Amino acid sequence: MNAISIKGAVKRFGEITAVDGLDLDVPRGICLGLLGPNGAGKSTTMRMLTGQVIANEGEIKVFDQVLPEDSKPARAMMGVVPQLDNLDIDVTVEDNLAIFARLYRVEDIGAAVESGLALARLTGRRRDEVDKLSGGMRRRLLLARGLVHDPDLLLLDEPTVGLDPQIRTELWSLIDKLRAQGKTILMSTHYIEEAERLADEVAVMHQGKVIARDTPAKLIAAHAGRETAEVYGPPDRLAEVRALAESEGLRVRPAGPAIAIVGSEESPNGAVPEDAIRRAATLEDVFVMLTGEEAE
Amino acid sequence: MEAAQSRATRIRRLDPAAISGVMSREAANFRTYWKGTAFSSILEPIVYLLAFGVGLGATLIDGVDGLSYVEFVATGMVATAVIFSSALPAMFGTFVKERFQNTYDAILAAPVDVEELVTAEMLWIGIRAGFFGCFPLLVGIGFGLDPKPAMLLVPVFAFFTALGFAAFGISVAASVAKIDQFNYVTTLVITPLFLVAGTFFPIDRLPEGLQVAANFNPLYQLVELVRGAAFGFETVDLLRFAALIVFAFALWRLAVSRMTKRLID
Repeated sequence: MNAISIKGAVKRFGEITAVDGLDLDVPRGICLGLLGPNGAGKSTTMRMLTGQVIANEGEIKVFDQVLPEDSKPARAMMGVVPQLDNLDIDVTVEDNLAIFARLYRVEDIGAAVESGLALARLTGRRRDEVDKLSGGMRRRLLLARGLVHDPDLLLLDEPTVGLDPQIRTELWSLIDKLRAQGKTILMSTHYIEEAERLADEVAVMHQGKVIARDTPAKLIAAHAGRETAEVYGPPDRLAEVRALAESEGLRVRPAGPAIAIVGSEESPNGAVPEDAIRRAATLEDVFVMLTGEEAE
Repeated sequence: MEAAQSRATRIRRLDPAAISGVMSREAANFRTYWKGTAFSSILEPIVYLLAFGVGLGATLIDGVDGLSYVEFVATGMVATAVIFSSALPAMFGTFVKERFQNTYDAILAAPVDVEELVTAEMLWIGIRAGFFGCFPLLVGIGFGLDPKPAMLLVPVFAFFTALGFAAFGISVAASVAKIDQFNYVTTLVITPLFLVAGTFFPIDRLPEGLQVAANFNPLYQLVELVRGAAFGFETVDLLRFAALIVFAFALWRLAVSRMTKRLID
């Protein structure tokens, strides 16, 4: 049994089709990274899974519960960490956890709160109002709140968006621990590094559907080869290099102030300038080649 | 997995656990601001009673229908307290939680549906307004109103009326696009309801059309019930109470429908 099974899901908001025939299975026990640019349909997919968005077409199941009809029992088995901080800021840390333990019908609320405090490393701040916590502490608390009922499935919607690198790394360690515990995790992100580090498999979403899915290593091998060469220089020179590489059948993408020649290991002599910086191909190369958009 | 599945199988419609869970959130938040609410709930009727009851009563109005003006206003002010502690918090609170705090997003990601969410919010406001709505009566007793055992029913009357107005406030919040649009509602709906409720002057002195309209005002029915509790019930009061229950039920369904439209895409 898959933890999540989505078949042919379509969601339209007026003229806009946010999710367009999405097929997505998430087997138990894996961390699947849903990678895509803004507007790819990641958040809508997450909200369809929590019953807050109702698909116009298609079939959605969570642990064999059919949505939206059985959305409530399905939600009892999943934890959600939203993109936006929606903690109760005037309420204490422990009350924030206790409220959600009640909403999830946890029998031993005290134990659930203690476990949440330990996970978020906030036992010493339990009686502080959330308003007094730092950004990183609040994010850890959000994660602990999503896990207060010890769910088997965790939905992480852009879990580290807007956080500084230090806090992001800290959260990654926490998520990695959960993955090691065997939780099923569906994590939407537009941070390449996040998906690369945490996900067992990555599904690249674009314009409301999954356009590629595999392990990060296989995605890179299939779509970006072994090596990418980055060339820096003034715009005129970059245009020249690009034209030459493309005339030799190589794929080129913009990379900030440079251009990146993807799959450069296959380049004929002269197509990649000698001063190019050669590096191993990354998921970012895949992302940009597939979606045509710059990644973060 | 087993624990989660066992929780999942126990979930049903209008689940008391979901409703009490949402109410526990309200209670936790209320603990942070109860002093301000209690302060205004006590002070406001004192100010009104001093201004209207003692001021007007001592200078311009001898009494109304055999009651001293203080007795008349103190009993009427229960309705004022109820509408201001139900409709307004429901309007602003719902809008802020939905639009700015994303609170409902968090709650609805848990096994709670919109019907349970709205019901819990209404119940919480109803209990709070039922409690604070009695303060004018207590202040009135301090000003000379004779306490009666039947007054113990006033929190019940206030509770059901507050349920209806809480649902009204939630429905409004779920229907407006911007928070300033509440101004239209307070000016065009809440203020007229509050003024034509028989709080400060008797309805039977109004033009006939307004008297008929007043009968459809739940606040007027509440005022009459409170006066019944203070000075003796009439048979028609049973109908009044039934009307308040119908009012609360109808607005509850409206609020659930409006909020579902707002929160579920």
